[in-house]
Amino acid sequence: MDVAIVGVGIHPFGRHPGVSGLEQGAFAVREALADAGIGWTDVQCAFGGSASSGNADSLVSNLGLTGVPFVNVYNGCATGGSALAMADRAIRSGDYDVTLALGFDKHSRGAFNANPESAGIGRWYGETGMMLTTQFFGMKIQRYLHDYGLPSEILAKVAAKAFRNGSLNPNAWRRKPLSEEEILSAPMLSNPLTQFMFCNPGEGAVALILCRADQAHRFSGRPVKLRSVSFKTRRFGSFEVFSPWLSPERVPGPTVEAAAAAFEAAGIGPEDMDVAQIQDTESGAEIMHMAETGLCKDGDQGALLGSGATEIGGRMPINTDGGCLANGEPIGASGLRQVYENVLQLRGDAGDRQVPGNPKAAFTHVYGAPGLSACTVMTV
Amino acid sequence: MTDVEVETELANSGARPVAEGLFTWPDTPRLIATSCVACATTTFPKQASCPRCTGTDMREVTLATRGRLWTWTIQGFEPKPPYAGPIPFEPYGVGYVELAADAPGASSVLVESRLSESSPDRLAIGAEMELQIVPFRRDDDGTEVVTFSFRPAEAAGE
Repeated sequence: MDVAIVGVGIHPFGRHPGVSGLEQGAFAVREALADAGIGWTDVQCAFGGSASSGNADSLVSNLGLTGVPFVNVYNGCATGGSALAMADRAIRSGDYDVTLALGFDKHSRGAFNANPESAGIGRWYGETGMMLTTQFFGMKIQRYLHDYGLPSEILAKVAAKAFRNGSLNPNAWRRKPLSEEEILSAPMLSNPLTQFMFCNPGEGAVALILCRADQAHRFSGRPVKLRSVSFKTRRFGSFEVFSPWLSPERVPGPTVEAAAAAFEAAGIGPEDMDVAQIQDTESGAEIMHMAETGLCKDGDQGALLGSGATEIGGRMPINTDGGCLANGEPIGASGLRQVYENVLQLRGDAGDRQVPGNPKAAFTHVYGAPGLSACTVMTV
Repeated sequence: MTDVEVETELANSGARPVAEGLFTWPDTPRLIATSCVACATTTFPKQASCPRCTGTDMREVTLATRGRLWTWTIQGFEPKPPYAGPIPFEPYGVGYVELAADAPGASSVLVESRLSESSPDRLAIGAEMELQIVPFRRDDDGTEVVTFSFRPAEAAGE
Protein backbone atom coordinates (compact mmCIF):
# COMPACT_ATOMS: atom_id res chain seq x y z
CA MET A 1 0.00 0.00 0.00
CA ASP A 2 1.42 3.39 -0.98
CA VAL A 3 0.94 6.51 1.12
CA ALA A 4 0.42 10.08 -0.09
CA ILE A 5 0.58 13.44 1.68
CA VAL A 6 -2.51 15.37 0.56
CA GLY A 7 -2.65 18.24 3.03
CA VAL A 8 -0.05 20.45 4.69
CA GLY A 9 -0.42 23.25 7.20
CA ILE A 10 1.99 25.47 9.07
CA HIS A 11 1.85 28.03 11.85
CA PRO A 12 4.62 30.54 11.09
CA PHE A 13 7.84 29.94 13.04
CA GLY A 14 9.38 32.57 15.34
CA ARG A 15 8.04 34.23 18.48
CA HIS A 16 4.29 34.57 19.07
CA PRO A 17 3.55 36.17 22.46
CA GLY A 18 0.15 35.18 23.80
CA VAL A 19 -0.29 32.22 21.44
CA SER A 20 0.29 28.86 23.14
CA GLY A 21 2.03 25.94 21.49
CA LEU A 22 -1.25 24.01 21.48
CA GLU A 23 -3.03 26.91 19.76
CA GLN A 24 -0.31 26.98 17.10
CA GLY A 25 -0.81 23.23 16.68
CA ALA A 26 -4.56 23.65 16.19
CA PHE A 27 -3.93 26.39 13.64
CA ALA A 28 -1.61 24.11 11.64
CA VAL A 29 -4.15 21.27 11.71
CA ARG A 30 -6.91 23.53 10.34
CA GLU A 31 -4.57 24.76 7.60
CA ALA A 32 -3.73 21.16 6.63
CA LEU A 33 -7.40 20.11 6.63
CA ALA A 34 -8.27 23.08 4.40
CA ASP A 35 -5.39 22.21 2.06
CA ALA A 36 -6.70 18.63 1.76
CA GLY A 37 -10.29 19.85 1.39
CA ILE A 38 -11.58 17.78 4.31
CA GLY A 39 -12.88 18.34 7.85
CA TRP A 40 -11.59 17.17 11.23
CA THR A 41 -14.32 14.50 11.26
CA ASP A 42 -12.59 12.84 8.26
CA VAL A 43 -9.33 12.18 10.19
CA GLN A 44 -9.41 8.55 11.38
CA CYS A 45 -6.25 8.39 13.47
CA ALA A 46 -3.75 11.01 14.70
CA PHE A 47 -0.18 11.14 16.04
CA GLY A 48 1.45 14.25 17.41
CA GLY A 49 3.65 15.81 20.03
CA SER A 50 5.70 18.59 21.50
CA ALA A 51 8.77 18.59 23.71
CA SER A 52 7.63 21.29 26.10
CA SER A 53 4.21 22.64 25.09
CA GLY A 54 1.61 20.11 26.16
CA ASN A 55 -0.11 16.96 25.01
CA ALA A 56 -1.15 16.87 21.37
CA ASP A 57 -4.18 14.68 22.12
CA SER A 58 -5.70 17.45 24.23
CA LEU A 59 -6.29 19.34 20.96
CA VAL A 60 -9.51 17.36 20.45
CA SER A 61 -11.08 19.82 22.91
CA ASN A 62 -10.31 22.55 20.38
CA LEU A 63 -10.72 20.67 17.09
CA GLY A 64 -13.69 18.52 18.04
CA LEU A 65 -14.43 15.45 20.17
CA THR A 66 -14.86 12.97 17.33
CA GLY A 67 -13.64 9.86 19.16
CA VAL A 68 -10.49 9.78 17.02
CA PRO A 69 -7.60 7.70 18.45
CA PHE A 70 -4.88 10.32 19.09
CA VAL A 71 -1.41 9.14 20.18
CA ASN A 72 1.00 11.49 21.98
CA VAL A 73 4.62 11.32 20.78
CA TYR A 74 7.48 12.46 23.03
CA ASN A 75 10.68 11.61 21.21
CA GLY A 76 13.04 14.56 21.36
CA CYS A 77 14.09 16.00 18.03
CA ALA A 78 12.52 13.00 16.28
CA THR A 79 9.06 13.81 17.70
CA GLY A 80 7.74 14.97 14.32
CA GLY A 81 9.54 12.24 12.42
CA SER A 82 8.21 9.57 14.78
CA ALA A 83 4.66 10.91 14.50
CA LEU A 84 4.97 10.83 10.71
CA ALA A 85 6.41 7.29 10.76
CA MET A 86 3.44 6.06 12.79
CA ALA A 87 0.86 7.95 10.72
CA ASP A 88 2.45 6.33 7.67
CA ARG A 89 2.40 2.81 9.21
CA ALA A 90 -1.20 3.26 10.33
CA ILE A 91 -2.17 3.53 6.66
CA ARG A 92 0.21 0.86 5.34
CA SER A 93 -1.19 -1.58 7.91
CA GLY A 94 -4.59 -1.20 6.24
CA ASP A 95 -6.26 -0.06 9.45
CA TYR A 96 -6.89 3.54 8.37
CA ASP A 97 -7.36 5.51 5.17
CA VAL A 98 -6.72 9.06 6.46
CA THR A 99 -4.30 10.01 9.27
CA LEU A 100 -2.74 13.13 10.79
CA ALA A 101 0.87 13.81 11.84
CA LEU A 102 1.37 16.91 13.99
CA GLY A 103 4.28 18.64 15.71
CA PHE A 104 4.37 21.92 17.62
CA ASP A 105 6.40 23.68 20.28
CA LYS A 106 7.00 26.94 22.11
CA HIS A 107 10.36 27.31 23.86
CA SER A 108 11.68 30.12 26.02
CA ARG A 109 14.67 32.21 24.93
CA GLY A 110 18.23 30.95 25.07
CA ALA A 111 19.89 27.56 24.80
CA PHE A 112 18.05 24.46 26.00
CA ASN A 113 18.80 23.44 29.60
CA ALA A 114 18.37 19.68 29.57
CA ASN A 115 18.04 17.85 32.88
CA PRO A 116 20.90 15.35 33.32
CA GLU A 117 18.87 13.08 35.59
CA SER A 118 16.13 12.62 32.97
CA ALA A 119 18.87 11.42 30.59
CA GLY A 120 20.23 8.95 33.12
CA ILE A 121 23.30 11.07 33.95
CA GLY A 122 24.41 12.37 37.34
CA ARG A 123 23.46 15.91 38.32
CA TRP A 124 27.17 16.81 38.56
CA TYR A 125 27.34 16.69 34.74
CA GLY A 126 24.94 19.63 34.48
CA GLU A 127 26.26 21.42 37.56
CA THR A 128 29.78 21.52 36.13
CA GLY A 129 28.51 22.86 32.79
CA MET A 130 28.73 19.97 30.34
CA MET A 131 25.01 19.26 29.68
CA LEU A 132 24.79 21.51 26.60
CA THR A 133 23.89 20.56 23.04
CA THR A 134 25.82 23.62 21.82
CA GLN A 135 29.07 22.27 23.32
CA PHE A 136 28.59 18.88 21.66
CA PHE A 137 28.07 20.49 18.27
CA GLY A 138 31.20 22.59 18.72
CA MET A 139 33.29 19.58 19.68
CA LYS A 140 31.87 17.34 16.93
CA ILE A 141 32.54 19.80 14.09
CA GLN A 142 35.94 20.70 15.60
CA ARG A 143 36.99 17.07 15.26
CA TYR A 144 35.34 16.72 11.83
CA LEU A 145 37.13 19.76 10.36
CA HIS A 146 40.40 18.36 11.77
CA ASP A 147 39.82 14.87 10.34
CA TYR A 148 38.95 16.06 6.82
CA GLY A 149 41.13 19.14 6.58
CA LEU A 150 38.21 21.53 6.07
CA PRO A 151 38.54 25.27 6.85
CA SER A 152 36.25 26.73 9.52
CA GLU A 153 35.20 29.47 7.06
CA ILE A 154 32.79 27.02 5.39
CA LEU A 155 30.69 27.23 8.56
CA ALA A 156 29.89 30.83 7.61
CA LYS A 157 28.94 29.83 4.06
CA VAL A 158 26.29 27.44 5.42
CA ALA A 159 24.79 30.10 7.70
CA ALA A 160 24.83 32.80 5.00
CA LYS A 161 22.93 30.45 2.66
CA ALA A 162 20.38 29.69 5.38
CA PHE A 163 19.60 33.36 6.04
CA ARG A 164 19.51 34.10 2.29
CA ASN A 165 16.96 31.30 1.78
CA GLY A 166 15.07 32.36 4.90
CA SER A 167 14.67 35.85 3.47
CA LEU A 168 12.62 34.25 0.65
CA ASN A 169 10.36 32.32 3.04
CA PRO A 170 7.35 34.19 4.49
CA ASN A 171 7.01 31.62 7.30
CA ALA A 172 10.66 31.87 8.42
CA TRP A 173 11.73 33.59 11.64
CA ARG A 174 15.08 35.08 10.55
CA ARG A 175 14.43 36.88 7.27
CA LYS A 176 17.44 39.21 7.10
CA PRO A 177 20.40 38.06 4.98
CA LEU A 178 23.77 38.17 6.76
CA SER A 179 27.19 38.29 5.13
CA GLU A 180 29.86 35.67 5.83
CA GLU A 181 31.92 38.42 7.48
CA GLU A 182 29.07 39.32 9.87
CA ILE A 183 28.63 35.65 10.74
CA LEU A 184 32.36 35.04 11.37
CA SER A 185 32.76 38.17 13.50
CA ALA A 186 29.75 37.45 15.74
CA PRO A 187 30.47 36.41 19.37
CA MET A 188 32.04 32.94 19.66
CA LEU A 189 29.59 30.73 21.57
CA SER A 190 31.33 27.37 21.34
CA ASN A 191 34.48 27.20 19.19
CA PRO A 192 34.49 27.09 16.21
CA LEU A 193 30.79 28.14 16.14
CA THR A 194 29.70 31.77 16.45
CA GLN A 195 26.29 33.10 17.48
CA PHE A 196 24.90 33.24 13.92
CA MET A 197 26.01 29.68 13.18
CA PHE A 198 23.51 28.35 15.76
CA CYS A 199 19.75 28.09 15.45
CA ASN A 200 17.60 29.28 18.36
CA PRO A 201 14.89 27.43 20.23
CA GLY A 202 11.66 28.97 18.91
CA GLU A 203 7.97 28.43 18.22
CA GLY A 204 5.84 26.99 15.45
CA ALA A 205 3.68 24.08 14.31
CA VAL A 206 3.26 21.85 11.27
CA ALA A 207 0.48 19.38 10.42
CA LEU A 208 0.31 16.83 7.60
CA ILE A 209 -2.68 14.85 6.27
CA LEU A 210 -1.79 11.41 4.93
CA CYS A 211 -3.97 9.01 2.97
CA ARG A 212 -3.86 5.78 0.96
CA ALA A 213 -2.21 6.79 -2.31
CA ASP A 214 -4.96 5.05 -4.34
CA GLN A 215 -7.50 7.42 -2.76
CA ALA A 216 -5.44 10.60 -3.14
CA HIS A 217 -7.59 11.85 -6.04
CA ARG A 218 -10.47 12.42 -3.60
CA PHE A 219 -8.60 15.27 -1.90
CA SER A 220 -8.01 18.77 -3.18
CA GLY A 221 -4.28 19.02 -2.37
CA ARG A 222 -1.90 17.88 -5.12
CA PRO A 223 -0.62 14.54 -3.77
CA VAL A 224 3.03 13.84 -3.00
CA LYS A 225 4.05 10.22 -2.49
CA LEU A 226 5.65 9.41 0.85
CA ARG A 227 7.99 6.70 -0.39
CA SER A 228 9.64 5.91 2.94
CA VAL A 229 10.05 7.00 6.55
CA SER A 230 12.84 5.53 8.68
CA PHE A 231 13.80 6.08 12.30
CA LYS A 232 16.96 4.83 14.07
CA THR A 233 18.77 5.35 17.37
CA ARG A 234 22.49 5.28 18.16
CA ARG A 235 24.75 2.27 18.44
CA PHE A 236 27.75 1.72 20.68
CA GLY A 237 30.68 3.85 19.53
CA SER A 238 28.88 6.75 17.85
CA PHE A 239 29.76 10.26 19.07
CA GLU A 240 26.57 11.62 20.61
CA VAL A 241 25.36 14.57 22.61
CA PHE A 242 25.26 14.25 26.44
CA SER A 243 28.08 11.67 26.62
CA PRO A 244 30.24 11.93 29.77
CA TRP A 245 32.52 9.40 28.04
CA LEU A 246 33.09 7.85 24.64
CA SER A 247 34.59 4.60 23.50
CA PRO A 248 37.83 4.91 21.52
CA GLU A 249 36.13 2.83 18.80
CA ARG A 250 34.04 4.97 16.41
CA VAL A 251 31.03 3.81 14.42
CA PRO A 252 28.76 5.89 12.15
CA GLY A 253 25.93 7.81 13.84
CA PRO A 254 22.21 7.01 13.58
CA THR A 255 21.84 9.37 10.61
CA VAL A 256 23.86 7.01 8.41
CA GLU A 257 21.58 4.06 9.13
CA ALA A 258 18.35 6.05 8.98
CA ALA A 259 19.25 7.61 5.62
CA ALA A 260 20.39 4.31 4.11
CA ALA A 261 17.18 2.61 5.29
CA ALA A 262 15.02 5.41 3.85
CA PHE A 263 16.73 5.23 0.45
CA GLU A 264 16.59 1.44 0.37
CA ALA A 265 12.88 1.35 1.19
CA ALA A 266 12.20 4.03 -1.44
CA GLY A 267 14.18 2.18 -4.10
CA ILE A 268 16.04 5.35 -5.12
CA GLY A 269 19.31 6.79 -3.88
CA PRO A 270 20.80 10.09 -2.72
CA GLU A 271 22.00 10.79 -6.28
CA ASP A 272 18.33 10.86 -7.38
CA MET A 273 17.30 13.63 -4.96
CA ASP A 274 16.44 17.02 -6.50
CA VAL A 275 16.16 18.83 -3.15
CA ALA A 276 17.01 17.98 0.48
CA GLN A 277 16.22 19.37 3.93
CA ILE A 278 18.77 18.20 6.51
CA GLN A 279 19.20 19.00 10.19
CA ASP A 280 21.17 22.23 10.61
CA THR A 281 20.79 23.05 14.29
CA GLU A 282 24.12 24.74 13.61
CA SER A 283 26.30 25.18 10.54
CA GLY A 284 28.55 22.24 11.35
CA ALA A 285 25.60 19.86 11.52
CA GLU A 286 24.62 20.62 7.90
CA ILE A 287 28.20 19.94 6.78
CA MET A 288 28.48 16.64 8.63
CA HIS A 289 24.95 15.52 7.74
CA MET A 290 25.60 16.14 4.02
CA ALA A 291 28.05 13.25 4.19
CA GLU A 292 26.24 11.12 6.78
CA THR A 293 23.08 11.07 4.67
CA GLY A 294 25.03 10.04 1.56
CA LEU A 295 24.43 13.28 -0.34
CA CYS A 296 28.22 13.74 -0.66
CA LYS A 297 31.51 12.23 0.47
CA ASP A 298 33.34 13.25 3.64
CA GLY A 299 35.59 16.21 2.86
CA ASP A 300 33.79 17.23 -0.37
CA GLN A 301 31.65 19.84 1.43
CA GLY A 302 34.16 22.65 0.95
CA ALA A 303 34.10 22.31 -2.84
CA LEU A 304 30.31 21.87 -2.95
CA LEU A 305 29.65 24.95 -0.84
CA GLY A 306 32.27 26.94 -2.74
CA SER A 307 30.68 26.13 -6.11
CA GLY A 308 27.14 26.94 -4.96
CA ALA A 309 25.96 23.35 -5.46
CA THR A 310 23.72 23.51 -2.39
CA GLU A 311 22.06 26.84 -3.29
CA ILE A 312 18.44 26.91 -4.50
CA GLY A 313 19.64 27.06 -8.13
CA GLY A 314 22.46 24.56 -7.59
CA ARG A 315 22.88 20.87 -8.40
CA MET A 316 21.78 19.73 -4.90
CA PRO A 317 19.73 22.42 -3.13
CA ILE A 318 19.84 21.97 0.66
CA ASN A 319 17.60 23.64 3.26
CA THR A 320 15.69 25.74 0.76
CA ASP A 321 13.38 27.21 3.43
CA GLY A 322 16.32 28.46 5.50
CA GLY A 323 16.51 25.34 7.68
CA CYS A 324 16.68 25.47 11.46
CA LEU A 325 19.10 28.40 11.25
CA ALA A 326 16.50 30.74 9.73
CA ASN A 327 13.37 29.09 11.14
CA GLY A 328 14.51 28.34 14.68
CA GLU A 329 13.85 25.04 16.35
CA PRO A 330 10.49 24.33 17.93
CA ILE A 331 11.55 20.73 18.66
CA GLY A 332 8.24 18.98 17.98
CA ALA A 333 7.58 20.85 14.73
CA SER A 334 11.06 21.00 13.26
CA GLY A 335 11.17 17.65 11.46
CA LEU A 336 7.73 18.15 9.93
CA ARG A 337 8.71 21.63 8.68
CA GLN A 338 11.20 19.89 6.43
CA VAL A 339 8.46 17.64 5.02
CA TYR A 340 6.18 20.66 4.56
CA GLU A 341 8.92 22.41 2.56
CA ASN A 342 9.51 19.37 0.35
CA VAL A 343 5.79 19.06 -0.38
CA LEU A 344 5.74 22.70 -1.54
CA GLN A 345 8.86 22.15 -3.65
CA LEU A 346 7.49 19.00 -5.29
CA ARG A 347 4.13 20.67 -5.97
CA GLY A 348 5.92 23.68 -7.47
CA ASP A 349 4.34 25.93 -4.83
CA ALA A 350 7.49 27.22 -3.11
CA GLY A 351 7.22 30.75 -4.55
CA ASP A 352 10.40 32.86 -4.52
CA ARG A 353 12.46 29.94 -3.25
CA GLN A 354 11.15 27.35 -5.75
CA VAL A 355 13.86 24.98 -6.96
CA PRO A 356 13.92 25.30 -10.78
CA GLY A 357 13.42 22.40 -13.19
CA ASN A 358 10.32 20.77 -11.63
CA PRO A 359 11.94 18.70 -8.85
CA LYS A 360 10.62 15.13 -8.70
CA ALA A 361 12.31 13.62 -5.63
CA ALA A 362 13.07 15.05 -2.19
CA PHE A 363 14.71 13.98 1.06
CA THR A 364 14.42 15.01 4.73
CA HIS A 365 16.62 14.27 7.73
CA VAL A 366 16.42 15.12 11.42
CA TYR A 367 18.96 14.32 14.11
CA GLY A 368 18.73 14.95 17.81
CA ALA A 369 19.37 14.12 21.42
CA PRO A 370 20.28 11.64 22.69
CA GLY A 371 21.35 10.17 19.36
CA LEU A 372 18.46 9.49 17.03
CA SER A 373 17.56 10.25 13.44
CA ALA A 374 14.49 10.12 11.17
CA CYS A 375 14.56 10.41 7.36
CA THR A 376 11.99 10.51 4.57
CA VAL A 377 11.99 10.17 0.79
CA MET A 378 9.14 11.76 -1.22
CA THR A 379 8.38 11.85 -4.95
CA VAL A 380 5.84 13.17 -7.43
CA MET B 1 52.74 26.01 45.75
CA THR B 2 52.90 22.66 43.88
CA ASP B 3 49.80 20.81 42.63
CA VAL B 4 50.14 18.24 45.37
CA GLU B 5 50.31 20.99 47.98
CA VAL B 6 47.22 22.71 46.50
CA GLU B 7 45.27 19.45 46.54
CA THR B 8 46.44 18.64 50.07
CA GLU B 9 45.33 22.05 51.24
CA LEU B 10 41.91 21.61 49.56
CA ALA B 11 41.53 18.22 51.24
CA ASN B 12 42.54 19.59 54.65
CA SER B 13 40.11 22.50 54.27
CA GLY B 14 37.16 20.07 54.21
CA ALA B 15 36.46 20.49 50.50
CA ARG B 16 34.06 17.92 49.06
CA PRO B 17 33.90 16.40 45.55
CA VAL B 18 31.06 17.65 43.31
CA ALA B 19 29.73 14.06 43.37
CA GLU B 20 30.74 10.87 45.16
CA GLY B 21 32.38 8.13 43.13
CA LEU B 22 33.82 10.26 40.31
CA PHE B 23 37.40 10.39 41.58
CA THR B 24 39.46 9.14 44.51
CA TRP B 25 39.72 11.86 47.16
CA PRO B 26 41.57 13.20 49.03
CA ASP B 27 44.52 10.83 48.58
CA THR B 28 46.15 10.48 45.13
CA PRO B 29 43.28 11.71 42.95
CA ARG B 30 42.35 9.36 40.08
CA LEU B 31 39.16 9.19 38.02
CA ILE B 32 37.14 6.09 38.94
CA ALA B 33 35.78 4.00 36.07
CA THR B 34 34.50 0.49 35.45
CA SER B 35 35.72 -2.07 32.95
CA CYS B 36 33.57 -4.86 31.51
CA VAL B 37 34.95 -8.28 32.45
CA ALA B 38 33.54 -9.82 29.25
CA CYS B 39 34.60 -7.29 26.56
CA ALA B 40 37.05 -4.93 28.36
CA THR B 41 35.06 -1.78 27.53
CA THR B 42 35.83 0.96 30.04
CA THR B 43 33.09 3.40 31.13
CA PHE B 44 33.28 6.68 33.03
CA PRO B 45 31.76 7.21 35.48
CA LYS B 46 31.06 3.76 36.95
CA GLN B 47 28.25 1.72 35.42
CA ALA B 48 26.61 -1.52 36.55
CA SER B 49 26.31 -2.86 33.01
CA CYS B 50 28.14 -2.67 29.70
CA PRO B 51 26.47 -0.67 26.89
CA ARG B 52 28.65 -2.42 24.31
CA CYS B 53 28.08 -6.14 25.03
CA THR B 54 25.14 -5.88 27.51
CA GLY B 55 27.22 -7.74 30.16
CA THR B 56 26.62 -7.03 33.87
CA ASP B 57 29.97 -8.10 35.32
CA MET B 58 31.88 -4.83 35.75
CA ARG B 59 35.05 -4.27 37.81
CA GLU B 60 36.15 -0.93 39.24
CA VAL B 61 39.34 0.54 37.77
CA THR B 62 41.10 3.90 37.99
CA LEU B 63 42.26 5.92 34.97
CA ALA B 64 45.63 7.32 34.00
CA THR B 65 46.18 10.96 34.91
CA ARG B 66 47.61 11.91 31.50
CA GLY B 67 46.18 11.49 28.02
CA ARG B 68 45.70 13.19 24.68
CA LEU B 69 42.99 15.73 23.80
CA TRP B 70 40.59 14.18 21.24
CA THR B 71 38.44 17.27 20.63
CA TRP B 72 37.60 20.48 22.49
CA THR B 73 35.51 23.65 22.55
CA ILE B 74 35.15 26.70 24.78
CA GLN B 75 31.88 27.41 26.56
CA GLY B 76 31.40 31.07 25.73
CA PHE B 77 28.08 31.82 27.49
CA GLU B 78 26.72 31.08 30.95
CA PRO B 79 24.63 27.89 30.91
CA LYS B 80 21.17 27.84 32.51
CA PRO B 81 20.59 25.79 35.70
CA PRO B 82 21.41 23.13 36.77
CA TYR B 83 24.79 24.79 35.99
CA ALA B 84 26.21 25.92 39.32
CA GLY B 85 29.61 27.33 38.43
CA PRO B 86 31.66 30.22 39.74
CA ILE B 87 30.08 33.70 39.81
CA PRO B 88 30.72 35.80 37.80
CA PHE B 89 30.75 33.50 34.79
CA GLU B 90 34.06 33.00 33.01
CA PRO B 91 34.32 31.04 29.73
CA TYR B 92 35.76 27.56 30.25
CA GLY B 93 37.20 24.86 28.03
CA VAL B 94 35.53 21.46 27.59
CA GLY B 95 37.05 18.49 25.81
CA TYR B 96 37.42 14.73 25.57
CA VAL B 97 40.73 13.30 26.82
CA GLU B 98 41.72 9.72 25.96
CA LEU B 99 42.86 7.94 29.12
CA ALA B 100 44.25 4.43 29.61
CA ALA B 101 42.77 2.31 32.39
CA ASP B 102 45.11 1.30 35.21
CA ALA B 103 44.26 -2.38 34.69
CA PRO B 104 45.65 -4.97 32.29
CA GLY B 105 43.43 -5.61 29.25
CA ALA B 106 40.90 -2.84 29.98
CA SER B 107 40.30 -0.50 27.02
CA SER B 108 41.05 3.21 27.10
CA VAL B 109 38.18 5.69 27.40
CA LEU B 110 37.56 9.24 26.17
CA VAL B 111 36.48 11.24 29.23
CA GLU B 112 34.58 14.52 28.84
CA SER B 113 35.95 17.14 31.19
CA ARG B 114 36.23 20.80 31.94
CA LEU B 115 39.61 22.16 30.84
CA SER B 116 41.55 24.65 32.91
CA GLU B 117 42.65 26.34 29.67
CA SER B 118 40.10 28.59 27.96
CA SER B 119 42.26 30.22 25.30
CA PRO B 120 41.74 28.62 21.86
CA ASP B 121 45.38 29.32 20.95
CA ARG B 122 46.57 27.00 23.72
CA LEU B 123 44.34 24.02 22.92
CA ALA B 124 44.97 21.53 20.11
CA ILE B 125 43.70 18.10 19.15
CA GLY B 126 46.39 15.58 20.11
CA ALA B 127 47.92 17.72 22.89
CA GLU B 128 48.90 15.92 26.09
CA MET B 129 46.70 16.83 29.05
CA GLU B 130 46.93 16.19 32.75
CA LEU B 131 44.31 15.63 35.47
CA GLN B 132 43.93 18.11 38.28
CA ILE B 133 41.37 18.51 41.03
CA VAL B 134 40.28 22.15 41.15
CA PRO B 135 38.09 24.36 43.35
CA PHE B 136 34.75 24.80 41.53
CA ARG B 137 32.36 26.70 43.82
CA ARG B 138 31.27 27.04 47.44
CA ASP B 139 28.13 25.54 48.95
CA ASP B 140 25.77 27.84 50.85
CA ASP B 141 27.44 26.76 54.12
CA GLY B 142 30.84 27.80 52.73
CA THR B 143 32.12 24.30 51.98
CA GLU B 144 34.50 24.29 49.03
CA VAL B 145 33.30 22.01 46.20
CA VAL B 146 36.01 20.51 43.97
CA THR B 147 35.76 18.83 40.58
CA PHE B 148 38.06 17.18 38.05
CA SER B 149 39.64 19.13 35.22
CA PHE B 150 42.44 18.73 32.67
CA ARG B 151 45.11 21.18 31.65
CA PRO B 152 47.90 21.11 29.06
CA ALA B 153 50.57 18.79 30.48
CA GLU B 154 53.44 21.18 29.72
CA ALA B 155 51.96 23.56 32.29
CA ALA B 156 52.40 20.97 35.06
CA GLY B 157 54.24 22.20 38.12
CA GLU B 158 53.97 25.90 37.32
